[in-house]
This record gives sequence, structure tokens and C-alpha cells, in this order.
Amino acid sequence: METFLGIDYPTLWFLVVGLLFSGYAILEGFDYGAGAWHLFFRKDLSRRIAINAIGPLWDANQVWLIIGAGALFAGFPVMYATMLSSMYVPFMLFLMFLVLRSSAIKFRSAEEMKWWRKTWDIVYFISNVSISFLLGVVLANILQGIEIGENHSYKGGLFFSFLSPYAVMVGLTTLALFMTQGAIFLLLKTEGRLHARLTFLLKKGMIFFIVSFSVMTLYTLIFVQGVTEKFKEHPEYFALPILAFLAIANVPRLVSKKKYGNALIFSSLTMAFLLMLVAFQLYPVLLPSTINPDYSVTIYNAASSQKSLGIMLTIVVIGSPLLAGYFLFLYKTFHGKVKLDDTSY
Amino acid sequence: MDVEILARIQFAFTIAFHYIYPPLSIGLGLIMVFMEGMYLKTGNKQYEILTRFWLKIFAITFGIGVATGIIMEFEFGTNWSVYSRYVGDIFGSALAAEGLFAFGLESAFLGILLFGWNRVSPKVHFISTIGVFLGSMFSAVWIVVANSWQQTPAGYHIVGEGFNARAEVTDFWAMVFNPSSVDRIIHVWQGAFLAGAFLVLSVHAYYLLKGRYIEISKKAFKIALALATIVSLTQLLSGHRSAEVVAEHQPAKLAAMEGHYEESGSADLYLFGWVNDKTQEVTGLKIPGGLSFMIDQDFEAPVTGLNAFQKEDRPGQVNAVFQFYHIMISIGMLLIALTLYASYLWWKGGLFEKKWLLKIFAFSVLLPQIANQVGWFTAEMGRQPWIVYGHLRTDEGFSQEVSSNQILFSLILFLVVYTILFLLFIYSVNKKIKHGPYDEAKNPDEFLKYV
Repeated sequence: METFLGIDYPTLWFLVVGLLFSGYAILEGFDYGAGAWHLFFRKDLSRRIAINAIGPLWDANQVWLIIGAGALFAGFPVMYATMLSSMYVPFMLFLMFLVLRSSAIKFRSAEEMKWWRKTWDIVYFISNVSISFLLGVVLANILQGIEIGENHSYKGGLFFSFLSPYAVMVGLTTLALFMTQGAIFLLLKTEGRLHARLTFLLKKGMIFFIVSFSVMTLYTLIFVQGVTEKFKEHPEYFALPILAFLAIANVPRLVSKKKYGNALIFSSLTMAFLLMLVAFQLYPVLLPSTINPDYSVTIYNAASSQKSLGIMLTIVVIGSPLLAGYFLFLYKTFHGKVKLDDTSY
Repeated sequence: MDVEILARIQFAFTIAFHYIYPPLSIGLGLIMVFMEGMYLKTGNKQYEILTRFWLKIFAITFGIGVATGIIMEFEFGTNWSVYSRYVGDIFGSALAAEGLFAFGLESAFLGILLFGWNRVSPKVHFISTIGVFLGSMFSAVWIVVANSWQQTPAGYHIVGEGFNARAEVTDFWAMVFNPSSVDRIIHVWQGAFLAGAFLVLSVHAYYLLKGRYIEISKKAFKIALALATIVSLTQLLSGHRSAEVVAEHQPAKLAAMEGHYEESGSADLYLFGWVNDKTQEVTGLKIPGGLSFMIDQDFEAPVTGLNAFQKEDRPGQVNAVFQFYHIMISIGMLLIALTLYASYLWWKGGLFEKKWLLKIFAFSVLLPQIANQVGWFTAEMGRQPWIVYGHLRTDEGFSQEVSSNQILFSLILFLVVYTILFLLFIYSVNKKIKHGPYDEAKNPDEFLKYV
């Protein structure tokens, strides 16, 4: 098998996909998180500012999902096909909420009528909450495994089988983490009374996160098989949950010092550490089978050919500096507090 | 209903709906590049007003295009899992390239294009407009490459057997430049330019008829007319080249397009007609030997007909393919006639005096849209029964583990959400058009103080 720096191609691609989904979680994390606070803002003006804070950015942030899914399809077609066809209903709901969310952003400001804005506000709020929750549910099912039989064919239930207590907990934790991230981002972009309100809301968000995270961790350690074994083999990876905890613990301190940019970096780090933990838990498996470990989808039985992976790694090497350049330019252009003008939503 | 049919209906519905928007974005993108370029070059504020106005409509088409496009990306996996495993090695790299090179470019610059007027210099804004336009052009490239590979596979070999069989890349560039991709990309781009150009023509014809925004409408109309005339003419060339490739690589599709059954004989070219699949006869107006002439420049040249293929190896819906193809061709011819005549009047002077012509233009927006849709229906239904031509059948490609009830559930969801989305689209575009580029109560120069 071909390697680069001693790492085989499927593993490299596993890292690429992981990096892309981490980027997605961090960037869309604050977009979805900001949206999940939407109904907590009372005035129409506050809601407009909150939407316009992500206004020029969310379309670009969403590209990380598109590229991530494309990378999964390209590098691990078996994983892409098996995961999506197995979790059909959760993914269809996820997609539908994505469409509704974009529609709400685009059409909310089209009319001044109260009922119009209120309807879109509710649609927007529900979509953001549901998207965050569903992402967590999908992640939990990937960690726990699903009923995959021979030839990658799914044998399990349609929807409610994906909503195990563990999945619900991971879903809530994801929502809480996104809401924390979203509140910090909005603190960075707002001023005045909305800013004060957000400081208050962020505290609630942090508590929500710490409670759901602790409950989920306890549950994982006690009930989810395989977790403790993997740590016994590699105790050094215990650093990851500890780092995640330290990173999130640093956020309230930075917020009280009004260093919102740094706070955002640290809550992003939390996400990155948690996703590394996920990667560590899984590798080299991508989607465990609960029927028979032989049926699990792994980076080796799901991977594209060496040739194809080589081509795609070249594409990534050429493409990522370009992408980084675009993003730097975009974020530099819209740096600073939100100012509404006639082009705003 | 069975799973395969439902999966096909859902895919057809979601892709057809999606395809209303990206062509508009590509076409409007090009026109906006031109308008904003003229503004930078001449300093004439009227071009700035036009750019800002069309940008508002562009924002809506682009937004719906992205939202409905994400669904397409996931639908390969949800509903066509066997197909996805089969083509992932090939399709995947095109999709990855699309994401990194095209979507990254367009989405990052979109933010600056829409909200950056007061934050960047006019030049940087213009660069952003070009960035978004190029991004949308590139995204068309990669997705058409992937689709063309399904029509005329190249640069691959098949590995494994039965369930584990799949296509793997052997030559990346041969895969990208497979026999049909270049002609089809150009054809798709041109279709997109026409969609955008005719929207602009339609809206400004409407303003001219109503006596509103006369000055700027004449400017915009001329820009769009020049583009529409050139493109509708050159569309003939890329269309013809595409047909030649179909003749060479997908003879069954070509035969279905003209309802040609005879195993190997001179083939006719129909202006219009009706195919009876049972009697294998076509009733309609034809040029005898026309298809033979088009392919081989010889009225007698034999063309492979549908009967040269086993019943299970050729398209099932011959009349549908025939009709869709002929609607596309008829609209293409109509657009050529319309734009040539209008250009002639423009050259002679008096283009804007013919009310009836402006009225036709006001409704003409639908024509390229219909042509784009039926063109794709011809291409995709003509490819049947194959999902990857000659290798994988459509009835082998769908997700076996998804039940018909699940697809019914998602299909109904799509129907409801997309209907609402479509109504919102029509409503808000209509509102923006009615409202117009600026408040007419004040004159344009007065208006500019406020922007």
C-alpha cells in the first residue's frame, strides 16, 4: 500500500475528512448555535442583528459541509453510501431543516408584517435546534454502531431505533456546545443591550453544556462498550478529554475579561478535541456493525483505490491554500461589529 | 409503488427543481460581470443601478440553488447507495474538486458580493463578482464531467465482481475529458447563459412596455440581447457536436431521440411527430434521411436503430425521449429567430418601437428554462436502462435497504417544502421587479445619493 510520510492513504484521507468535518462543526457550530438562541432575543431588531452577524459568512461556512460530504463520498464511497442509506430518515430531516433554515434567512426580511417575521423566526429557531440535535444523533449512532449485515445492507429500524438514550444525550450535548459557540460569536459581533443579554444567555448555555456533557460522559463510561478498553490500550489519549475540559473551562474566564475572540478560539478547541476523541475511538473503523464486527465499515474496506486517493490528496494540496485564502479575505472583510445597511437581511 | 420508481421520481423531481436556479445564477452572473465592468470602465451610475438591481434577484436564485443543491449531494448516498459505491472512486474526485475549487470560490465571494458594497473598494467588489461567476462556471464543469462519465465512461477499469464490483480510475484526465464532457459542458453553459439573458430581457421588456426605467432598461436589454443572440446561434454548434457524440457512443439514445427503429438503415429527421412504440411507427413531419445526413453528411448512410438492441438494453420511454428532444430543438430554433430578428431591428434602429415584440420578450423567460429541463430529460431518459452506460443498470443502482414508505415520506416532504419555496421565489422576485431598481418618484441621480 502506498504511503506518504509513513502514513497510508486511507488514513491520510481519514484525517482530511476529519479535518473538514471539524471545520464544519466549528464554523457552522456558531451559525447554528446563534440560530438556536433566536427566540431568546425579544426585539425584531435584535433578531435582525443576530441574523446579519452570520449573514455574509454562513453560506461560506456551509461549504465545509458540502466539501466534507464530497470528501467522504470520494474517499470512502462505501461509508458514504452505507451511512446515508441506513440513516435515511434522520438525514432527510436534516436536509429538510437545512433548506428551511436557508429559506428563513433569505425570506424573513422580505416583509415587515409581524406574522411573517414571527413565522420565519420560529422556522429558523426550530431548524437550527433540530439540525444541531440531529448531527449529534448521527454522531452517536456512528460511535455506537448500527445494525449492518452482509454486503453493507442495513437491517435495523427506520427512525426511533436511532434515538437511543445515548443518542439523545449526544444530540443535546451537541446543541449545548453549538449554543455556547454561537453565543460567544454573537458577543463578538454585537454591542449594547443585546450584548448584555447575550452575556447572561451565555452563562445559561455554559451550564446547559456542562450538565449535558457530564451526564453523557458518565453514561458513555458506564454503558457504551469498548470505550474503556480503548483507553486501557492507549492511556495517553486520556489527554484529549482532559484538554477538551480545560479548553471549555477557560471560556468563562476569557468572557469575563471581554476577550471574546480568544473565547471563541477556546470553545472551537473544545470541539476539535472532542472530535479528535471521536476519531481516536473509531479509527480505523468508520461505522461499526452491531451484528458482527466483520461487517463494520472501515477505512480500508470503504476506501477508494490508491490511485484515486492519490489524485484527491493532490486536489486537496492545491485546493486548501486557495480555500484558506478566500476565508481569510472574507473574515477580514466582515471583521468587527454588525452594522445594518440597505443590503442587510 | 416499487422502490426503484419512487427513487427515480424523487431524484427527477429534486434535480429538476434544483435546475431552475443554477442556470439563472450562471447567466445572471455573466451579465452582472458585464454591467459592473461597464460601470467601472465608464463611471456611468446607471450601470451601478443595474448591477445592484440584478444582484438582488441573483441573491435569491443563488440561495435556492445552494439549498436545493446540498440535497442532491446527499441523495446519491441516501437513494442510490449501490450506484454510489460503484462510481465513488470516479465520481468522488470530481465532486471533491467541485467542492474545493468551485463552491469554495463562489460561496466565499458571495458574502462580499452581497454585503460588501460599503466594506470593499469598487474594484475588489468587481473581483468578487467575477469570483462568484467563475465559481458557478466551475461547479457546472465538475458536475457535468461526472454526469458525462455516466454517459460515456472513460479512463477506468472495473474491479471486483457482483456486489463488490466497482469502477476505478486508471487515467484521471481521460476520465475528466471523456468523449462527451467538453461538448456537454459548453452546451450546459450556453443553456445557462440563455436562461439568465432571457430573464433580463423579459424584465426589461416589461419595464419598457410599462414606460418605466426606460433609459437603463434599454441598456440592459441590449446587453442581454447581444449575449442571447450570440449564444442561441452558437448553441447550435455545441448541440450538433453533442448529437454526434451521442451517435457514436450512445446509439440507442440517438435512435430514441428520432424514433428510429430499423436495425440499420437511413434515418429520418422529424420536425415534430408522435412515436407509437408498439407499431414502431412515427407520425409527423420529417426530412427523409435527415438524421443520416446530420451524422454522416449522406442521406442514405445507415444509422443504428432501436431494434439493433435487445428490448431490455434500450430506452423504455421512446416517445417521451422523442418529445423532450424535439421540444428542446424547437425552442432553440425559436430563440434564434427571435434574437436574430430583434438584433436586426436594433441594427436598423427601432428595436424598442415594436410593442408586440417586447411582449413576446416579456414572456420569453420560460423558453430557455423549458429547453434546459427537457434537454436534461432527453439526456437522462435516453441513457436508460443504464445508470452507468453499458455497465450498471438503473434497477441495480438504487438503495435496496430503503423502503418505499421511507421514500414516500421524503418525497411528500420535498413536494411540500419545494412548493412553498417555489411560491416564495416567484413572490419575492415579482415583488423586486414591481418595486424596480430605484424609486421613480425621484430621478436616478437623486436616488444615488441614498445608496
